[in-house]
Amino acid sequence: MPTDNIPAPSIAYVPLLPMLIVFGAATLGVLVEAFVPAALRRLWQIAVAVLGLASAFVAVVYLANHGTHRLIAESAIAVDGPTLFLQGTLCLLGIGSVFLLAERKLDQGGGEVVSQASHLPGSREDLALADSTRVQTEIYPLAMFALGGMLLFPACNNLLLMFVALEVLSLPLYLMAGLARRRRLLSQEAALKYFLLGAFASAFFLYGVALLYGYAGSVDLGDILAATATTGHSDALLLLGIAMLAVGLLFKVGAVPFQAWTPDVYQGSPTPVTALMAACTKVAAFGALLRVFYVAFGTSKWDWRPMMWAVAILTMALGAVLAVTQTDVERMLAYSSIAHTGFILVGVIAVNKDGLSATLFYLLTYGFTTLASFAVVGLVRDASGEATHLSQWAGLAKKSPEVAAVFTFLLLALAGIPLTSGFIAKFAVFKAAQEGGATGLVVVGVIASAVTAFFYARVILLMYFQQPAADGPTVAIPSAFTTSTIALGLAVTVALGVYPQPLLDLADKAALFVR
Amino acid sequence: MTTTPWMTILLVVPAVGALLVSLLPKGSDLLAKQLALGVSLLTLVLTAVACVQFDIGPGAQRFQFAQHHDWISALGVTYSVGADGIALVLIALAALLVPLVLLASWDTVEGLLDVEGPDARLTPQKSVKTFFALMLVLESFMIGVFAATDVFLFYVFFEAMLIPMYFLIGMYGGPRRSYAAVKFLLYSLVGGLLMLAAVIGLYVQSGKRTFRFDELLNLNLSHSAQMWLFLGFFIAFAIKAPLFPFHTWLPDAGAEAPTGGAVLLVGVLDKVGTFGFLRYCLPLFPWAAHKAAPYVITLSVIGVIYGALLAMGQKDLKRLVSYTSVAHFGFIGMGCLAFTTQAGTGAVFYMVNHGLSTGALFLVIGFLIDRGKSRLVTDYSGIAKVAPVLAAMFFISGLSSLALPGLSTFVSEFLVLVGTFTRYKVAASIATTGIVLAAIYILLAYQRTMQGALSTAHENMKDLKPREVAAVAPLLVLMLVLGFYPKPVTDIINPAVKATMQDTQSTDPAPTDALPQRVSTGN
Repeated sequence: MPTDNIPAPSIAYVPLLPMLIVFGAATLGVLVEAFVPAALRRLWQIAVAVLGLASAFVAVVYLANHGTHRLIAESAIAVDGPTLFLQGTLCLLGIGSVFLLAERKLDQGGGEVVSQASHLPGSREDLALADSTRVQTEIYPLAMFALGGMLLFPACNNLLLMFVALEVLSLPLYLMAGLARRRRLLSQEAALKYFLLGAFASAFFLYGVALLYGYAGSVDLGDILAATATTGHSDALLLLGIAMLAVGLLFKVGAVPFQAWTPDVYQGSPTPVTALMAACTKVAAFGALLRVFYVAFGTSKWDWRPMMWAVAILTMALGAVLAVTQTDVERMLAYSSIAHTGFILVGVIAVNKDGLSATLFYLLTYGFTTLASFAVVGLVRDASGEATHLSQWAGLAKKSPEVAAVFTFLLLALAGIPLTSGFIAKFAVFKAAQEGGATGLVVVGVIASAVTAFFYARVILLMYFQQPAADGPTVAIPSAFTTSTIALGLAVTVALGVYPQPLLDLADKAALFVR
Repeated sequence: MTTTPWMTILLVVPAVGALLVSLLPKGSDLLAKQLALGVSLLTLVLTAVACVQFDIGPGAQRFQFAQHHDWISALGVTYSVGADGIALVLIALAALLVPLVLLASWDTVEGLLDVEGPDARLTPQKSVKTFFALMLVLESFMIGVFAATDVFLFYVFFEAMLIPMYFLIGMYGGPRRSYAAVKFLLYSLVGGLLMLAAVIGLYVQSGKRTFRFDELLNLNLSHSAQMWLFLGFFIAFAIKAPLFPFHTWLPDAGAEAPTGGAVLLVGVLDKVGTFGFLRYCLPLFPWAAHKAAPYVITLSVIGVIYGALLAMGQKDLKRLVSYTSVAHFGFIGMGCLAFTTQAGTGAVFYMVNHGLSTGALFLVIGFLIDRGKSRLVTDYSGIAKVAPVLAAMFFISGLSSLALPGLSTFVSEFLVLVGTFTRYKVAASIATTGIVLAAIYILLAYQRTMQGALSTAHENMKDLKPREVAAVAPLLVLMLVLGFYPKPVTDIINPAVKATMQDTQSTDPAPTDALPQRVSTGN
């Protein structure tokens, strides 16, 4: 085929605005890093990132009100209800995460991020740097690139582009995981683990794409759907393709049996980065998962539902049970995030409109609650950095009633107690699942919920019912950055617990994929 | 008929009170107590007004003061509240007990037992303000759980109620409070979450896209669906009530909770279980309820005997009272599932009377423990010599607990037994022995602690203060008054029980002899 015959793809740029703005802001961040004097860099970076995300959010709102939902860029990208809902969520969560990264009052060195990651942990230079106030600001453009990838991920209507988005969001995260200022060995180990396992998962994903291409002759989700509707294709390719693709996606959401990285990475990464991963990555990855399974495999649900049933049950059970044995707050939250992945999967498996809107709602509420929880975890510190061992949290309510009360409320939301957003979200997914005929999953879900409630209650018990240790950690007073992230998360958790109607309506309206 | 939204008012007043109390500046403990007491008294007065306005005439609506507003229409959830007679008397019970326990807890929040135990050395400083605020929050949720006429709303209150109680036990409880608090929370949550599955199942099976109770009545559910949904609700309520064999959390929670918390826990919170039988299990799943009744009644009878036997063997006074409650809840459970108007009315009246008598018993024992700094029966003897008022109050509440004629508990126990006898003769006969056992455990406990030689350690024990008398006296007066003249209360209860029986498509069996007819149920 002569090259001059390839038509240039026609691209409507307006619907891509949110992604363009965030990628643009990320690139601008790189330039800031190069040209702005060191003293001003941090402020510039924060401003660029926050303004970028805020204007991306405005663009999302504009598109939601004015744009028609459609496939663009040769149907590689779908700008529709779920895309915009998740992109809006990601922008807001992203702003919260950037605020957490910007916090420098908590650590005497200024910020959670190591200033010179290339120094050998524990070496003389490293120790000297650990307490200096030099800060490193590359983390902001990295975070923005990751967020840009996350915005793109749920919008991909084409498996190859989805792979690109997956890598764009993952690579910066691998790096960021290794940048903790304290406990650097743990952090680097986490980064390496995350990278290796993530690379494996990506390879599986790519192999799945190849198999599906072999099956349908296209990597376009719509074409794959069309192929499943006609006969004469090899089912083996389809089933293997679905399975491989699922491995890649389930790894990102942290579902069993691809969950092994979660606790180590959550514990090792700098806490603001953990917050970003826990809140945003999960939202983006579930967005992609929903699109793949609802759009491309919507009619072959009888093939993949049994597999997803097993994954969901294992994820809920294992996440809940292993969380009980944890003695570290961050590891406990990691296992709890695995259990929540299971709950969200229950909504995915419903495969009906209610399931989709319930999953979208769950992702938003979970994102905000988790973001605020990790922000609170970052406040409890002793001389060596964050005090994440559970025993150190004993009697926290006495030292800081406000922090303990906030964290208690967030834990109750994670446990799904009524009058919090977590309850409404859980209720919505369970209801959708039961309407979709998955009563067994709901029963497993409620039992797993009871188990998760046990370890959340145990943390509350520690904070309130016990006497603080004499040499226990202190609760650092955060700057306005962290405070506003916590306030945002808390406000969303309260508001959606008491009056979720507007957001449920929004999720319901958004719950329609373009095909 | 008035349109005053009494239920919402009763819900909101304590909630606002709790907010105000929690907003008071540090150190204003006395003001917090006064404000909390004032709010709870206001709630009591408002409840009384609502009771007076409640229409019990023929042709009166079943749910009065009803309100329906959309809340989460995406999920089919409404804010629907209203009261039938059963709910109203239980709301009144809650509104009555809260000011009394606040009064009883006036000085004892800080100075609790420092008995040796795993948590004794970890005792955190107790915040008086938080205690009183939690009590008011609890009151609001308790009223809400009875007033809700939307299954979802009911569930919300059912679960939300656990949180303040968890903190009351965990922060202000006895030496093993952490264990008791977690056990209480977990048992209740497991039951509650199973109920959540059933609530969703009911919504899906009904196909009506609503959680409103009045629209969920008379559904044509398949038998297997009824059975599963009934089980989901039943287990939650059986744990809450608690019915044998789901009762094991109660002695721990009852013993470790602070006195005020224990009174509300056993007096009101547990009633949500038996209230749930009558309000939800029976009318929504009549076929399953009829099928399950023999089994539930068997469990209830076992509970009556087993609870009484264990109560006899207890060394710990608060555990003793907790086990007597297991026995009493056996009677109530039996009355709920007997499917006769008499037994149903008796069961509801029993719920009220049990709240009064066990509430009084817990309060008096709490006062005794505050003075003697021990919960063990063997640490006391001859207390009547130094504290005659305390002993007398102990005696009267004890007699009420064993259902002495002339006290209100007798009326309800008799109604339950007679009403059950018309259908389940063997069960009712066996349960009757529970009365004898009750006499043994109460009188033994009284004899061991109050009579005999006074030990030297207690020579200086002070009798009840006027404040403490004021906390218990209203309960004793009510027991006596309702014992001789139960009509005002049974008149409110009776139409609601009849309506419930109609929902379950059951008619009272024709009396086989003259005995049951002699007992007036006040209609």
